[in-house]
Amino acid sequence: MLMPHETQGVDAHLPGTATTRSQMLRRGIVRLVLGLLAVGVAVPVGGVLGALLALIGVVVAYTGLHRVVWAWRRQRVDLLVGFCLGWLILVGLLALLAPVLPLGEHNDVSAALTDPSYLPPFRYSDHLLGTNNFGLDMLARSIYGARTSLVIALGAVAVGTLVGGTIGVVAGYLRGGVDRAVGVATNALLAVPPLVLLITLSIVLEPGLRNLSLALAVLTIPSMVRLARANTITFAQREFVLAARALGATRLRIIARELVPNVALPVFSMAVVLISVLIVAESSLSFLGLGIQQPEPTWGNMISEGQGGVMEREPFIVLIPGFFLFLTVFSFNLLGERAQKRWDPRSAKL
Amino acid sequence: MRKVLTTLAELVLVLLLVSFGVFLLVALIPGDPAVAILGDGFPPEAYAALRAELGLDRPLLVRYGDWLLGVLSGDLGSSIIPPQTDVLDRILAALPVSLQLAGMGLAMAIVLAVPLAMWSASKPGGVVDRIIGASMFGILSVPAFLIGLLLVLVFVNELGWFPRAQWVRIGADPIGNLHHAFLPALVIALSELALFTRILRNDLVTTLNEDFILAARAKGMHPVRILVGDALRPSSFSVVTLLGISVGRLVGSTVIVEYLFALPGMGTLVVNAANQGDFPMVQGAVLVVATIYVLVNAGIDLSYGYLDPRTRRAHAA
Repeated sequence: MLMPHETQGVDAHLPGTATTRSQMLRRGIVRLVLGLLAVGVAVPVGGVLGALLALIGVVVAYTGLHRVVWAWRRQRVDLLVGFCLGWLILVGLLALLAPVLPLGEHNDVSAALTDPSYLPPFRYSDHLLGTNNFGLDMLARSIYGARTSLVIALGAVAVGTLVGGTIGVVAGYLRGGVDRAVGVATNALLAVPPLVLLITLSIVLEPGLRNLSLALAVLTIPSMVRLARANTITFAQREFVLAARALGATRLRIIARELVPNVALPVFSMAVVLISVLIVAESSLSFLGLGIQQPEPTWGNMISEGQGGVMEREPFIVLIPGFFLFLTVFSFNLLGERAQKRWDPRSAKL
Repeated sequence: MRKVLTTLAELVLVLLLVSFGVFLLVALIPGDPAVAILGDGFPPEAYAALRAELGLDRPLLVRYGDWLLGVLSGDLGSSIIPPQTDVLDRILAALPVSLQLAGMGLAMAIVLAVPLAMWSASKPGGVVDRIIGASMFGILSVPAFLIGLLLVLVFVNELGWFPRAQWVRIGADPIGNLHHAFLPALVIALSELALFTRILRNDLVTTLNEDFILAARAKGMHPVRILVGDALRPSSFSVVTLLGISVGRLVGSTVIVEYLFALPGMGTLVVNAANQGDFPMVQGAVLVVATIYVLVNAGIDLSYGYLDPRTRRAHAA
């Protein structure tokens, strides 16, 4: 057992472990250095082996950094949340400021006529991430791709959450016939596999930012309705709703003042996860050539440029947008999951 | 029995709604199909004649009824892109490829998920558990088409273990077929694997805390035997539930994988038809896919009663 005075000393045990601070610090630094070394070796090695080594190196370095921070702050800190938030803020800012940033050409093929095609990344300062088939700048395209993906996904989730959440709360509170009708409608929407529904919608709607957002919003509505409805039913049985009803509150007031603020948190967590789902859906559609059309860049259609033997010669054409796509989806997934854990209505207190 | 009947009634209702939706989508397409077929510079009489021939001058609901009767007798129309092949023939040729891919992918996902979940759950919070958990979370964040491209880059280009995309009919050369289908199926499997492993692991951890497992441990049974013999079956219910939900994603990743590897399945059919604006083909394919999807989900729904007697009682009450 730890004695109280032990935690006060310079080299005290960390709470909940048998490790002292300096031990933890030392282990952390060793891992950090080893991990970074592995990454440093991996870069010149290249290929599959290099990629594997770099991946292991990054993970080891991360666990090392985790331990260093643990020793420093005397408690476990979830660094991943910070990294993910940081990445999303960075991508968001870059996407927002893209028109005023000194970037290369992202979609005007005629302006890039003089630029060489397939410049490799990390060699030339004016094309930091290289160029594609038409000499368009990969960095600029990735950032403008973020702009498109984020605008579409955020817009669709906003619409889907608002519409689906409202329908769900109303159906969950009123029950009865309204609830049953909403149930049949959601089932019919869920009766077509999501990607097939998207493909079908894409041939009816002209591809473009607004229509793609609307199509994706239709995709999110059924799951939002279900989540909001289930949570509303849980909360509607709680004492504070009963109390409000006993005090003579109208239905509208109970929904607006008692239910919506409580249902909003789990719905918000779900919305964050749905953003990542929609980014994947949008990029899949663009990859299939049914979403945003070239030369306007999105991560999905940038990746599809690697088809037809291009990826085999120039893997970076796929890897660079793939990296952006993965990190963004990962970040939204992770933040959404943590938010869901935190705001789970089943664990909520009175 | 009553549950079966209600499910069937709901099934018919949903299928009708879906078929109407599919019909409506194509009916609402901006632009006139007659114009699309005739091209530019046609005489007005030919236009009117074609519209009458296509039945476009009649009310929407009548056209839906006609179309539905045709569909029920196996007439899905023919493609508007030359050669104007029969839609049903094309679908029947493509369907086995998709079913094989999806089935192989699902089987591979389960075969991989069960041992991974058991290894994870045998020591919750341990190093193995954390590594498997983190990799599954990572895989969950990679879209299917990116997984596919990365696998091609590694296994076809760098290592050369698999041939470049091509399809061999299973009747013609079973071994060659499996060799060619392995990588595409693996992509499908990986996008399903992550969720299966995570759910099964969590359920196993819960089951392993139950009293009967403690009793088995106390008797001195081998941990592996406890995991496989005692814990696996009671923990598998959520995965079966999940199977129903994941069929939608399975269809999606099959579409993408077929397109990616240029395999002649339903996905390639739909995507190419959509890209060429071949509406009857899209209509027929979506209808077939949606019908299969709804039937599979209803089947899974009904199977709960047999798998878990508790849901049977809940419905009888």
